[in-house]
Amino acid sequence: MLRLLGARLLTMVPLLLVVSFLIYGLIALVPGGPETALAGSNPTPEKLAMVREQLGLNEPFLVQYWNWFSAAVQGDLGKSFVNGQSVWSAIAGGFPVTLSLVILTLLIAAVLGLGLGLAAALRPGSWIDRTATVIASLFMSLPYFWVGMMLVLVFAIDLRVLPAIGYVPFAQSPTDWFLHLITPAFALAIVPVAVVARQTRAAVTGVMTEDYVRTAEAKGLRPVRLVGKHVLKNAAVPVVTAFGVEANRLIGATVVMEQLFALPGVGKLTYFSVFSRDFPMVQGILLITAILIMFVNLAVDLSYGYFNPKIKAT
Amino acid sequence: MTQNQGLHSTEPPIMTAGTMPRPKKPEEPAVRRRRAGRFGQLARRFAGNKPALAGGVLLFVILVVTMGAPLFAPYTPEQINIADRLSGPTPAHWLGTDALGRDTLSRLLFGGQVSLAASALSVAIATLIGLPLGILAGYVGRGPDWLLNRASDILMTFPALVLTIAIIAVVGPGLTTAMISLGIVYSARLFRVIRSATLVVRQEVYIEASISIGTPGRTILLRRILPNVLPPLLIQISFLLASALLAEVTISLLGLGALPPTASWGSMLGQAFAEIRGTPSLAVFPGIAIALATLSFNLVGDGLRDSFGRATRKAEG
Amino acid sequence: MTGTEPSGSLLSIEDLRIDFVTDRGWVNVLNGVSFDIGKNEIVVLVGESGSGKTVTSLSVLGLVPRAHSRKTSGHIWYDGKDLTELPIGELRDIRGNEISMIFQEPMTSLNPAFTVGDQIAEAYRRHRGGKKKAALARAAEMLDLVGIPNAAARLRDYPHEFSGGMRQRAMIAMALICEPRLLIADEPTTALDVTVQAQIVELLIRLRDETGCGILFITHDLGVVAELADKVVVMYAGEVVETSVARDLYIQPKHPYTEGLLAAMPQQGVRGEELPTIPGRTPEPWSMPSGCRFGPRCSHAVEECGKAVIPLSVVDNGRSCRCCRSGDLALGGVR
Repeated sequence: MLRLLGARLLTMVPLLLVVSFLIYGLIALVPGGPETALAGSNPTPEKLAMVREQLGLNEPFLVQYWNWFSAAVQGDLGKSFVNGQSVWSAIAGGFPVTLSLVILTLLIAAVLGLGLGLAAALRPGSWIDRTATVIASLFMSLPYFWVGMMLVLVFAIDLRVLPAIGYVPFAQSPTDWFLHLITPAFALAIVPVAVVARQTRAAVTGVMTEDYVRTAEAKGLRPVRLVGKHVLKNAAVPVVTAFGVEANRLIGATVVMEQLFALPGVGKLTYFSVFSRDFPMVQGILLITAILIMFVNLAVDLSYGYFNPKIKAT
Repeated sequence: MTQNQGLHSTEPPIMTAGTMPRPKKPEEPAVRRRRAGRFGQLARRFAGNKPALAGGVLLFVILVVTMGAPLFAPYTPEQINIADRLSGPTPAHWLGTDALGRDTLSRLLFGGQVSLAASALSVAIATLIGLPLGILAGYVGRGPDWLLNRASDILMTFPALVLTIAIIAVVGPGLTTAMISLGIVYSARLFRVIRSATLVVRQEVYIEASISIGTPGRTILLRRILPNVLPPLLIQISFLLASALLAEVTISLLGLGALPPTASWGSMLGQAFAEIRGTPSLAVFPGIAIALATLSFNLVGDGLRDSFGRATRKAEG
Repeated sequence: MTGTEPSGSLLSIEDLRIDFVTDRGWVNVLNGVSFDIGKNEIVVLVGESGSGKTVTSLSVLGLVPRAHSRKTSGHIWYDGKDLTELPIGELRDIRGNEISMIFQEPMTSLNPAFTVGDQIAEAYRRHRGGKKKAALARAAEMLDLVGIPNAAARLRDYPHEFSGGMRQRAMIAMALICEPRLLIADEPTTALDVTVQAQIVELLIRLRDETGCGILFITHDLGVVAELADKVVVMYAGEVVETSVARDLYIQPKHPYTEGLLAAMPQQGVRGEELPTIPGRTPEPWSMPSGCRFGPRCSHAVEECGKAVIPLSVVDNGRSCRCCRSGDLALGGVR
């Protein structure tokens, strides 16, 4: 297991090098060069040259990249063009917010998606199955940000039971933290719920016809244990894969949700940085996002070995 | 530990193992061969699938009313009428008006043109890149395959939305650039599907046979590979259109895509959230339009997938 | 539902009729199956594919998919209870405890995601409770009993690390861990190599002698079980066509179908000659011939065979046979 982990971590290194190179290289594509973002609205050639010198843009490109990357490895992602704040601390500041949102969303997706998928799979063709299938199809097609708006309309404006927008840190008040996040998390969860429910239904229906399920039944196992142990572990691989894909997509979706709900997370920071052409910030966010997604993919891959011991053996 | 025991049975010829009354998955060939009337058969199966048919009809209606917006819309999308601003549904404005008194129904119809055309643009670009490269990688294999796979790995290391808005940060906002970037990002997804579908065909014996007889590469491509790559391509295109529509809406909602005064479903939603307390209808109707269009793409995609059958689903994975 | 349990036997199947739902609607797959299994007795249920032998064995533990089947008559008596009418909760207490079952495919009958030890111990904990450690120790004893070397260490192996024969041994260990009174073995050797087949049959005989459980052994191959059987029940097209003490049946079959099965045993073949086969195939449940169901394939058939339903009637010393010519035919047994 440890050796496998080590090997997988090693294969991430070249990918990370290429990805970081592309992230840095993206900035070279800025029309007129990144210095235009810093030099003000009507820059003189002298002013531009000065900014170029400050940013180290007169160095050969590879040297520039190496300076940036080696600093990044040591935790220095540079300074914001906009307010001079350290990129690293800005991202670290927003991270707990985004993480809270993503985890809450995945939790909702797990509970509702698994529940819906299982209910459908255990009674194929029943009204539960048909209802779950229709719900999944509809959820798949609802724009999450619009669902967020509608939830605000109903629960915050009409019923006044939930706050409309804003964020309260967990440490300050767990209840308020939850109440502020539940609306955006629920809206973000609708597509993952549908995807997870579909995958769960398909996987569980398949596993239920396997011979070893009949063996477990012949042992006298009761349904809860039969499904909870023997069926779920075998049905897990496609479901966990779906979770990985959805987690990846969620990171993108937080950009919109945090903007709509005024949540001070990395998503809102991304939006602000793109709008203000804050290139060091954009680079830093892209790099951190890529690393996070690599780790999510790694976790999903490693879980396969747990759910299917045969994979580990090969 | 040897595993070969038990793989073959030792039954006498007339007697086979006991029947089990449990349903088993039917076995189908990995690749469907082209048959006469195959597409006719397909169309019948698609039409027999009620949700798919409903999706097709819905899509057709949406296309007709948006493309025919100049005929159907009661006002022009930019017609400002401050006196009637922020009204809910009235006989004059069926779906109400926005902060500048512009008619929501008219803006929805014209905005649909913009949103749907934008998603079609990005999917077209994804197809132009993903289809040939997918066939190339799947058919040639070796070096090109390795290289293209790594490239798609890298593109897939970022969430599509994050990568697209990062590109916007560099080249500047605007719907066309946004959709071109999105198309490039989506091409990685299409590439994978096409590559694995090509790989399946390539491994089929009859392709090997055609190579040995010396059939020109173009014939193999047109007669053998394209027909087998088409089903997963069409399915992916339907689902990608749904994703691209959502992405257009997202990007325009954030103010990075369609810029004022152009109406798109996304920019309408973006302006609507500010007014949601007073005029909720502004947010409700564009959302319903987006949901219906997405639903129609998804239903058509599901229907195609079911009509093409299991074999395609395998190729997709 | 009325009826009483015949005394003396461990399990008694009585006039069991089961229908399956198919594309053509409900079709009958078991048509009045009756036979007994005595305590400590090995009964071999033999028949071709489609004869209903697997459905019969699955109905004992209620493992026939409920959504696709229905019982139209009959009882399965066990310990004063009709298993076909027992509430599912009580049936689950019997499954794997008093009556257990092993299946044809050892490759797929064990769950690939859990260790062999865990799956064996699970049956014990379900019915006997106790700590997991104690159950695992008991599982190791069982693996040892079924002849797996280094049993305690192999508990931690996953099924894919076992060979086919070892998996079937593990299945047997799992089935016997609660010391059941009856073991149902549904073609347990069919998927195995010939040498392994013989080992499994020997193991079952030894376990019967050591634990005293009755065994219902389902097979299509009379050759595999010649040394195992106390009693043989021959099924054809959803009906019992002959029951007999094993020795008598092998020496002198009473039903032409049994004769055909005996002749098709590979052990009966003459080197260099093709094995004799029964022409034709088992009729589908929706197109049963009238009269004797075996009639169209029978080399001894006469006009009378196709006229009326042939009852299962007692012939000499406790044997019964479903053939209207059983009195005047002299059929050949094993050479």
